[in-house]
Amino acid sequence: MSLTPTIRVQSEDFDLQKEVDKLTAGRTDIGAVVTFSGLCRDEGGALSALELEHYPGMAEAEMRRIAELAIERFSLQGLTAIHRYGKIAPGENIVLVIAASPHRQAAFDGANFVMDFLKTSAPFWKKEHAASGEARGWVPAKDADDSARDRWSKITESPARGG
Amino acid sequence: MKVKLVYFAWVRERLDKPEEELDLPETVVTVADLLAHLKTLGEEYETALQHENVIRVAINQEHAEHDEPIAGAREIGIFPPMTGG
Repeated sequence: MSLTPTIRVQSEDFDLQKEVDKLTAGRTDIGAVVTFSGLCRDEGGALSALELEHYPGMAEAEMRRIAELAIERFSLQGLTAIHRYGKIAPGENIVLVIAASPHRQAAFDGANFVMDFLKTSAPFWKKEHAASGEARGWVPAKDADDSARDRWSKITESPARGG
Repeated sequence: MKVKLVYFAWVRERLDKPEEELDLPETVVTVADLLAHLKTLGEEYETALQHENVIRVAINQEHAEHDEPIAGAREIGIFPPMTGG
């Protein structure tokens, strides 16, 4: 595997378009780019912020491991994964995944795969801050996220064809 | 065996410290042994680690199962299930 994914863990915001441009600059072989961005919600006005904690070093390493699995599995031509930490206000970005491939299905699947694994195995934790400003506690892990991850081990045929 | 322990999220909050260095007795062989040993160190450890099945552990920054040996570990991370993304 020669392709190196772009992995960043940072407190500052990212620019989706800039990151797509960086990934596709000078390339004429890419046919599909799928981007996923995760934003902070206010849960109907109940939240003033999410506070993202991470395990420095392991967070990057785990994101890289997941990205490399995705590149291999879906024969991606490019992959970027950026995750923010610190206090993030509603409407702001939390996470970005960009997957590039010759045809659309591999790019969709690659981005989806990275998000499913990132949510369940990259060491990040969310704490909610109420609209009043008080800390509300840690967001519990969801079984649905584990199920979303586990379905990838049931898909045996390569879904990355056509486009 | 001397090892650096690092704590995150509500494990860190309940222990009221982000990390510490501990000298572990010889009898601590696996991750499960380590968690059992920590629980003997005080009430805050008991509270932080009471739901042992949800506690996640990383050895040298790689995920580890509870039955894995901790031999060779320089740093062990202890934390709740991840909720990023």
